[in-house]
Amino acid sequence: MIECSSTVLVNAAEHRVGTIEELRDLARHSHLLASLVRRDLTVRYKRSVIGFFWTMLNPLLLMIILTIVFSTIFKFEGIEPYAVYFLSEYLVFGFFSQTTVTSMTSLSWNGGLMKKVRVPKSIFAISTTISGLVNLCLAYIPLFIIMLVLDAPIRPAVLFLPVAFLIIGVFTLGVSFLLSALAVYFEDVSHMYQVATIGLMYMTPIIYPISIIPYKFLWLVRGNPLTHLFKLARDPIYLGQLPAMHVVQASVISAVVSLVIGWLVFHRLSRNFYHHL
Amino acid sequence: MNEASIEFRNVSLDYKLPTEGRISTIKEWAIRRLTRKLTYRWMRALEDVSFTAESGVTLGVIGHNGAGKSTLLRVAAGILQPSAGVATMRGEIAPIIELGTGFEFELSGRENIFFNGALLGRSWGDMNERVNEIIEFSELGEFIDNPIRTYSTGMVVRLAFGIATTVDPSILLLDEVLSVGDQRFQAKCNRRMLDFQDRGVTTVLVSHDLSAIERICTECLWLDHGRLMAGGPVDEVISKYQVWIEKQNEHQAMAVSRS
Repeated sequence: MIECSSTVLVNAAEHRVGTIEELRDLARHSHLLASLVRRDLTVRYKRSVIGFFWTMLNPLLLMIILTIVFSTIFKFEGIEPYAVYFLSEYLVFGFFSQTTVTSMTSLSWNGGLMKKVRVPKSIFAISTTISGLVNLCLAYIPLFIIMLVLDAPIRPAVLFLPVAFLIIGVFTLGVSFLLSALAVYFEDVSHMYQVATIGLMYMTPIIYPISIIPYKFLWLVRGNPLTHLFKLARDPIYLGQLPAMHVVQASVISAVVSLVIGWLVFHRLSRNFYHHL
Repeated sequence: MNEASIEFRNVSLDYKLPTEGRISTIKEWAIRRLTRKLTYRWMRALEDVSFTAESGVTLGVIGHNGAGKSTLLRVAAGILQPSAGVATMRGEIAPIIELGTGFEFELSGRENIFFNGALLGRSWGDMNERVNEIIEFSELGEFIDNPIRTYSTGMVVRLAFGIATTVDPSILLLDEVLSVGDQRFQAKCNRRMLDFQDRGVTTVLVSHDLSAIERICTECLWLDHGRLMAGGPVDEVISKYQVWIEKQNEHQAMAVSRS
């Protein structure tokens, strides 16, 4: 028996596959989405408990190095404990930069797959973002350990973190759509973006407090959507309180705008991916 | 019983390429744009191709390199969209089986079975029921838990063939793979292909190997430069093709002797 849904009709007249059509296609491929996420995580953690801790070791060491550098050599007044201040945003920044970079390569890596079978092309950016979110949650485990060691209080506001991650995740997905579509056409996009992420990191108050920014550059940091977005993750941990309403509003707006623009560009460019992969 | 079918109605496929080769960087694109050297040329991969492959048909596709055989397969897979005409595929389409793609080389054969199943919309549990049959068919034995990167080409194709034919798709697309493996395995594949014809699976097989086409296919298409030269019963099409090739060779020989 053949269901109606498995009829594929490719037709020159409906050259534009609508957004709704693509979303329906995504829903049909939920098993594939789960498989892609599982594959990412299996390769990363090499299917073992030791593999999992081994992967934790790397960010942990980096945390220790950066914490020592910025709490002894380049010291910022009034931030205590510095490790918690820094890490609560640095982990989210790590998620953002890693997810966007990986989704750029994931499209070309999966080019072989896309030449073999009809899959919704947006599935790769989505699966990369989901596995990134899983990794982000795991990366908070060492942070909580550090907080316990430093005797920093963990307050009920941390329950807001899943919401924060969700908003940040939506924003990241939009940027991933945009960049991965461009990267199919131009291979130097990823090189340029790597430089851009370094700039972005210093434009966001991750390692320094926003109070050290001279007034004439303040608009640059305030206008950076990452500043608000990352605050969503820092406030519940470092301050132990919910982020202010205007921060949440600004973040939600940035996330929605990013997703809409990213999707439109991706959708428009994805029609001709085949000849570029 | 499957009710699969593939129908192409006046399918053409064009795509544009920059005249001076592919542009792969922003720098290049900006320079050409600014110096106004950005022109495109249209390539025609398929031209007004029409055919129907009903349920249970194994359709061979022959022709020279660059004749549009693989493009036709990709339109049938729903990957490429025709620039004109309509292609309708009824049934569940398995991923194209060809040499050296589609697997995740870091994962083991077993994990790839589940991954490929997911590509076809099969859940974990679904594939769990079939995994032993696939391992048995592909004759991988204990290698099934090693990463795919350690496999030989033959092993990869065997696994791909085993998966695609066990998940019970209704449309199967094969690109130059039936000549892989030893004779015994080929015989096994042949048996399975015949079994498919009985079950109503529609198969498209692209191959240079005319004897394989004669052995397995029930109908045949001959493409040249994207145009359909002939279509119909296998022996008819193949004999037309062979006559044409001989003529081409004569022409060439004459051209050579004249110069």
